[in-house]
This record gives sequence, structure tokens and C-alpha cells, in this order.
Amino acid sequence: MSVIEMKLEREVAAETIKIQARKVQVHYGTNHALKDVDVDILSKNVTAFIGPSGCGKSTFLRCLNRMNDTVASAKVSGSILLDGADIYDPRVDPVQLRAKVGMVFQKPNPFPKSIYDNVAYGPKIHGLTRSKAELDEVVESCLRKAALWNEVKDRLQSPGTGLSGGQQQRLCIARAIATSPEVLLMDEPCSALDPIATAQVEELIDELRSQFSVVIVTHSMQQAARVSQRTAFFHLGHLVEYGETGTIFTNPKDPRTESYITGRIG
Amino acid sequence: MSIGLLSLILLALATAGYLVARTRAVASAGGDARRLHSLPAFHGRLTAMSVLVPAAVILILWLIFEGFAIRGAALSQLKPSDVPDGSTMDLIMSDVGRIADGLNQLEARGTELAPLLASPDALAAALKDVGVAQGGAPTPDTILAAQASREALRTSRIGLSIVTLAAAVAGLVLVLRRITPEFRARNATEALSMWLLIGASLIAVGTTLGIVLSLLSETLHFFRLYDFRDFFFNLTWNPKFTGGSDLGIWPLIWGTIYVSAIALAVAVPIGLFSAVYLAEYASKRTRAYVKPLIEILAGIPTIVYGLFALVTVGPLLRDWISIPMGIGNSSSSVMTAGLVMGIMVIPFVSSLSDDIINAVPQSLRDGSLGLGATPSETIRQVVLPAALPGIVGAILLAASRAIGETMIVVLGAGAAAQLSLNPFEAMTTVTVKIVSQLTGDTEFNSPETLVAFALGLTLFTLTLCLNIVALIIVRKYREQYE
Repeated sequence: MSVIEMKLEREVAAETIKIQARKVQVHYGTNHALKDVDVDILSKNVTAFIGPSGCGKSTFLRCLNRMNDTVASAKVSGSILLDGADIYDPRVDPVQLRAKVGMVFQKPNPFPKSIYDNVAYGPKIHGLTRSKAELDEVVESCLRKAALWNEVKDRLQSPGTGLSGGQQQRLCIARAIATSPEVLLMDEPCSALDPIATAQVEELIDELRSQFSVVIVTHSMQQAARVSQRTAFFHLGHLVEYGETGTIFTNPKDPRTESYITGRIG
Repeated sequence: MSIGLLSLILLALATAGYLVARTRAVASAGGDARRLHSLPAFHGRLTAMSVLVPAAVILILWLIFEGFAIRGAALSQLKPSDVPDGSTMDLIMSDVGRIADGLNQLEARGTELAPLLASPDALAAALKDVGVAQGGAPTPDTILAAQASREALRTSRIGLSIVTLAAAVAGLVLVLRRITPEFRARNATEALSMWLLIGASLIAVGTTLGIVLSLLSETLHFFRLYDFRDFFFNLTWNPKFTGGSDLGIWPLIWGTIYVSAIALAVAVPIGLFSAVYLAEYASKRTRAYVKPLIEILAGIPTIVYGLFALVTVGPLLRDWISIPMGIGNSSSSVMTAGLVMGIMVIPFVSSLSDDIINAVPQSLRDGSLGLGATPSETIRQVVLPAALPGIVGAILLAASRAIGETMIVVLGAGAAAQLSLNPFEAMTTVTVKIVSQLTGDTEFNSPETLVAFALGLTLFTLTLCLNIVALIIVRKYREQYE
């Protein structure tokens, strides 16, 4: 497949802006972790954040659903608009925001509950379902979307912590999509998984794109190239380059991006 | 040879063994320590341990069993006719012990013993001179017994010195002879250390067993004098030292359970809530100050809590609640003791729970918050369930403290054993009655005193059951969640 064909395929996605970030700065105490980041995240696209460790990509991801609020020393400035509304507006309830912007973490972190209760957790606390039957349906459909249903349908009541690493991570994805978020943030979701589980999760991410905007932080450039439509390269707290994934990997404008993707820095 | 001197010699041997073994090890490798399998210090340590450990074990065991042998030697000199009416062999034996003691002192002063041994009256006078108190006057037989016990002690100590030193020297020689560059002194030290550790834990387990057995034997003694059906099914507790007592346990058990339940009803919510605040909401700074402040509560002596119950809480409850409501007029009440005891055990709940809640991985909290749960939903549905086994443990510890507490109950709830549901009436607990049955100048041969052991055993069984129940809860929970 030529570069042009890849580009054509990628542009099929609708190009509406879901999240617009402008001049985002993050300080952890005296450490200036993120400097003047401007990013537009498109809806129904997978956006990958790449860059060396400590470059600020996870920090930026955690700004998008205000998870940085739970870190006492973190200070965020600049504006981040979700569908045109500032998420750092004092009137915005971060708890509600996180229901709309779900998150999957680096290490699978199933709750010490049954598989069923893990997935039902979000719908229950947000009152998304009216009856047990409806909840059962949501749990099933989310587990199906996360490609886990066939493996766990006979043991929904057994503990989620008893699953294998890859299954646990897919359970966490099912749990995240059960609150029907609009954006799904994934912080290195495959770094604790073996290649087979990684392939399953990547396939899943590609399917999720039809319903959510997905933002994924990854250390694997192959993964970014495989799953994303757009890629942002972070370096030392700066957003160095952001654009269409094919372009970033084949024809980067910035020499730092080129050095990183060819393995000379990082 | 005295025990002190013997111990010093053993230590000196061990030190010498350490130094010699090190030198020998280096010499065996031709002066190059790198050729040794184990570092020279391991050879030294192993030698020192082989000198000390067997000798120390022999020393301790010998000292424990020596007493029986000496007593046997003394007893063999006594005849049944030596025991006058109204006395017992035990009393005679303590006379013998005192005479032997006095003879040792006289000997130490350089007094010629032979004439004294021949004449009981002269001995009695001489003993009086050195200030040895006596029950009965010495008789020829008790003097013989005393001499026999002194002789037995002397022989035993000589034997002890010989055996211990022989073991120490044997240990020293055995290890020193085995030192070669290939000798695995490092592994041998490891194995020996493991046995030391096993020994230490066996002592702990053995002590528990000993406590239970001694309680059990005295309890059986009690049940020979007092019908167990009365103990377990009589609902009155009314001991009389003249005999004919009612020793039903239920009023005491009820008092114990009632007071502890009130204490836990106070301590568990307050302790758990403060633990949640400290672990989840408080800033690091606040936590650093507040946690030690709460822990101070655990350091207050219980007698001080008792005073607080007696002079403050008791009168306050009486004047503001029980008298106005017409439900009692005593300042000693279950409620008083329960409330104060509850305050005492708060730190047991809060401090342990706080540590356990802190140990719940942050990733679980992030996961829940990332799904749009509020902090309190996260705590209730994710953090507390994950911390539950530990929290149950903390509550159990608090419960054991409450059940075993005595001082607060004496001063706060009084000493009247009764079965009542009214929390503003005076009641008492098992521990208080154990103390009051054993206080005073009585011998352990009437049901009124021996009942203390039955009470103690009951209490032990009660806490044991509590532990087992908690263990089952925790295990069930673990099966489900881990």
C-alpha cells in the first residue's frame, strides 16, 4: 500500500474537532512538565502520543480528564475545550467530566470485585440503567466489544483479579466503555501485555474508533503507526510535531521527530 | 562453678573460637582468603555458634530440670511420719529449703557445720542468728533432707559445668578440625541460624501451650469441687468465702459482651471514619500531626481512663441521662465503662486501618476516579472492600483489648454481677471477677478461688472463637476477591 493510499484511507474519518487544547502548561511543584501544548483531537479518530519517557505525554493525557486534579502539587493552565466547552471552567464537575472522558491505565487495575461488577461499576454509579436486565445487557455488550465475552461468559461472578494480564486489561477497557464515554484515554495500555494480548487490544482500539475518540500514549512507534490516524510527538515537555500519522512517520518536518522515530534519541 | 562464671567461660571460648577459626581458615587457603569457599568471618561465626548454642541449650535445660532432681533427693530423706497433723509435705519441704539456705549462709560465714547438724536446737539458734525465718523447728529428718538437697545441688552444678564445657569444647574442636578451603561454613551458618529462629518461635508457641495447659489443669481441679452444670447454667454469681456459693458464669459473660459491644460501637465507626479521613482526604501535613495525636490515646494507662470514667463520665451520664430518664441512679454503669473503653480502643482501629487503607494500590483509586466516581464512592466500593481483611483484623484486635480490659470496668461499671439489659445499671465482667476472686490471702483450694481459672479459660475460649470467626470472614472474602 502506498503512502497516498494510506492517507486516503485515513481521511475517511469525519474531521470534527472533539478536544481543542491551547497553550496548556503543567507544573508539578517547581518542575515545568508541559510547555505551551496546542493540540486538536478529532472525533472518531485514534490519536497517538509518542515520545521518550518523561516528555510529558502522559501528563497531557491526564489533563484531558482532569486526573491531574488528584495530584496535589499539579497546576494546569491554558485552555482545553471539549466540544467547545472549557473543562477547567470552575462550573465543570470533574467527576462528570471523567464519565465522558474515560481512561484505561498502563497497568491493568481491575477492582477486587467480580468480572460482572467490574463492568457494571460505572453504569451503577452513574445510574445509566433502569433494570437488572438492562444492566446485564450493557455488561454483555461491553464485554463483547472488548473481545472478552467468549472467555468469561461462564464465570462472570468470579473475581476480575483472577484473569490473565491481557484479559484484565481488556476487562478494564470494557469497564471504561461501559460508562459510554465520548473520548477514551489510554495510557500505555499494552506495556504490561505480551504480543498476543497486545494484538488483541490493538484490534479492539481500531474497532472502538467507530464510536469514540481514542487517545493513546505509547512507547512503541510500531503500535502508534498501526493503530493511529494522527500522531503527536512530545519531547522535553514540548509538543514538537503533530499531524497525520503517515506523514509523521514517513516525512517528519522536525529533525527531532526524525531522530526519535529512527531511534537516534529517546 | 557458678552459673555466671560458667557463662563467662563459654563466651571467652566462643570469642577465642571465632578468632582461631578465622586465622585457621585463612591459613588453610595459604593466606589468600579468595581461595576459600566461605569468607573467614563465616568460619569464625560458625565456630562461635557451635560453641555457644549447644552449651547454652544444655545449660538452660539443665537448670530447668535440676529443681526436680534436688527435690527428689530431699524427699527421699523424709518419711510420712515427718509430716505432723495439720501440715502438708509442701510445708515441710519449704522448711527444708529454708534450712538448706541457712546452712549455705552459715557455711559462707565460716561457721563449723558439723556440731549444728548433730543438734537441731543448736541449728535452730544458729539459723535465727543469720536471720532465716522458720516455720517449724528443724528435726533430724529435715536436717538430713536439707543436707541431701545441698549435696544434690553441689553435684548437679559440678555435673553441669563438666557437661556444658565438654559440649562447648566438642563444638569448638569439631568445627576447627573441619576447616578447609572447601568447607561450606557460609551454608552451615545459614542452617544453624534457621534452627535458632525455629527455636525462638517454638518458645512462643510452647508458652501459649503452657498457659492453656496450666489453665486447663486448674479448671479441671475446679470442676471436681464444683459441678460444671452449675457453672454453665446457673444464672447467679454470688461467691461466699464461707462456702455454698453460686458461681454461674452468665452474668459475667453477659457483662463482658455488653461492655465490649458498647466499646466497639463507639470505636469502630469513629476509628474507621478517622482512618478514612487520614488516609484519603487529609494532606500529608495534617496526617503527620493528627495520627500521632490519635495514637496518644493508646498510650494512656488504663487506670487513667478508669479515673476518667469514675469522676467524669459516670457522674455526667448519671446526672444528665439516667436520673432524668428514670432508668438508673448509679454512676457506675455499663454505658460509662463502654464509652470510655471505646475511646481507649479507637487508635487500635484507626491506626491499623489507616495503614491498611494506605496500602491499597493507588491504581485502584485512579481506576475508579477515572470512571467518574466521586472520592467517597471510590472509598466505599473499591478501597474499603480491598482493605477489608486488614480492617477486620484491626477491629478484632480492638475487640480483644476490650474483652480483656479490667481497670476501666472496675472503676466505670462497678463490681456487681447481674444480668440486665439496662445499660445504665452497674455490671461487671469476667476479668474483674478473676481479679476479685484471687485478691486476698486465700489458698488455691476452694471453688471460690479456683473458679478464676475456669473464668480465665472461658475468656480464652471466647477470644479464640472470635479469632476463628474473623479468620473465616477474611478467608471467605479473600476467596471472592483475590
